[in-house]
Amino acid sequence: MNRPASLFDLFLAFTRLALQGFGGVLAVAQRELVERLDWMSKEEFVETLAIAQVLPGPNVVNLSMMVGDRFFGLRGALAALAGMLAVPALIVLSLAAAFDQLAAHPVAVDALRGMGAVSAGLILATGLKLLPALKTSPLGRPLAIALALAAFLLIGVLRWPLITALALLGGAGMLVAYWKLK
Amino acid sequence: MAPADLFSLFLHFVTLSLLSIGGAISTVPEMHRFLVDKTGWLSEAGFTSSIALAQAAPGPNVLFVAVLGFNVAGLQGAAAAMAGIMLPSSVLTLTATRWMRANRGHAGLRAFSAGMMPLTLGLILATGWLLSLPFLRAEEHRWGALTLIVATVVLTLKTRLGLVWMVLGGGVAGALGLV
Repeated sequence: MNRPASLFDLFLAFTRLALQGFGGVLAVAQRELVERLDWMSKEEFVETLAIAQVLPGPNVVNLSMMVGDRFFGLRGALAALAGMLAVPALIVLSLAAAFDQLAAHPVAVDALRGMGAVSAGLILATGLKLLPALKTSPLGRPLAIALALAAFLLIGVLRWPLITALALLGGAGMLVAYWKLK
Repeated sequence: MAPADLFSLFLHFVTLSLLSIGGAISTVPEMHRFLVDKTGWLSEAGFTSSIALAQAAPGPNVLFVAVLGFNVAGLQGAAAAMAGIMLPSSVLTLTATRWMRANRGHAGLRAFSAGMMPLTLGLILATGWLLSLPFLRAEEHRWGALTLIVATVVLTLKTRLGLVWMVLGGGVAGALGLV
């Protein structure tokens, strides 16, 4: 098992990782941190990701902070966070700035419409891909799927505010899960 | 943008930060409600293209928040929105990590995670749905966009094709006037 030599090393590793991720960095994170750099085992990666997913915030960014924190404490967490966000933010904001000029060209607008449709499809596919994870839910599969459907309907179709849906469905799910796990 | 508006932009993302379980993308419907429906700071097209642009660029998905902020109020807006979405969740992540690692088997924590999981998945699907709707509503783009969306879903589920190629393919199809 290796470890980053310095804070700068950590920063560079996460910058490199982030720049390879189009449409999400999770797959790249696993390949870089576990396979190429050997900073954590596969098991540690899954365990850390599980916690990162339960906590609010972008999963992989949470994960990067947790990895940085493990090696160098708070300074490591900040270096990893900066690595994930700084250079990619510069790139995406440059694109956004250029888009104002690009938007005057119909071809650019057409291209972006195509890219937008694909990214909508990517998010739908991600949701569908993760649905089988409900199979092992302590809630039982039927209830878990019913809650997911209800969340989709309340938020996607009826346009309820997120916080109301979270309180209602999340609260119900947690209560049932707690009762079943006890 | 007036400082008061900039602050309310920041504050909106602060409140969403702690709700963004499953990633910032799961709070997209709420961002849409605020930025498009309530304040009118962004148009429907501006909102959708901000997200598409961020998805097309390398880096974590959360950077779409920077683009939304940028399109509302330039660099200040990007900084306000990013600081808002990142601060609370990062502080919580750092403080909670060690404690959670030590209490992995605690029933309350497992109930939290199990209870939230279905909601997270429903939210991701709702996000994809809400981002698809504007394309499907525009009559002249409906069938092209629907074909692209369905093709993307099928390719993602059935193949290991790199996501960047799909996004680029969508751009090419759009530029050729197919969408």
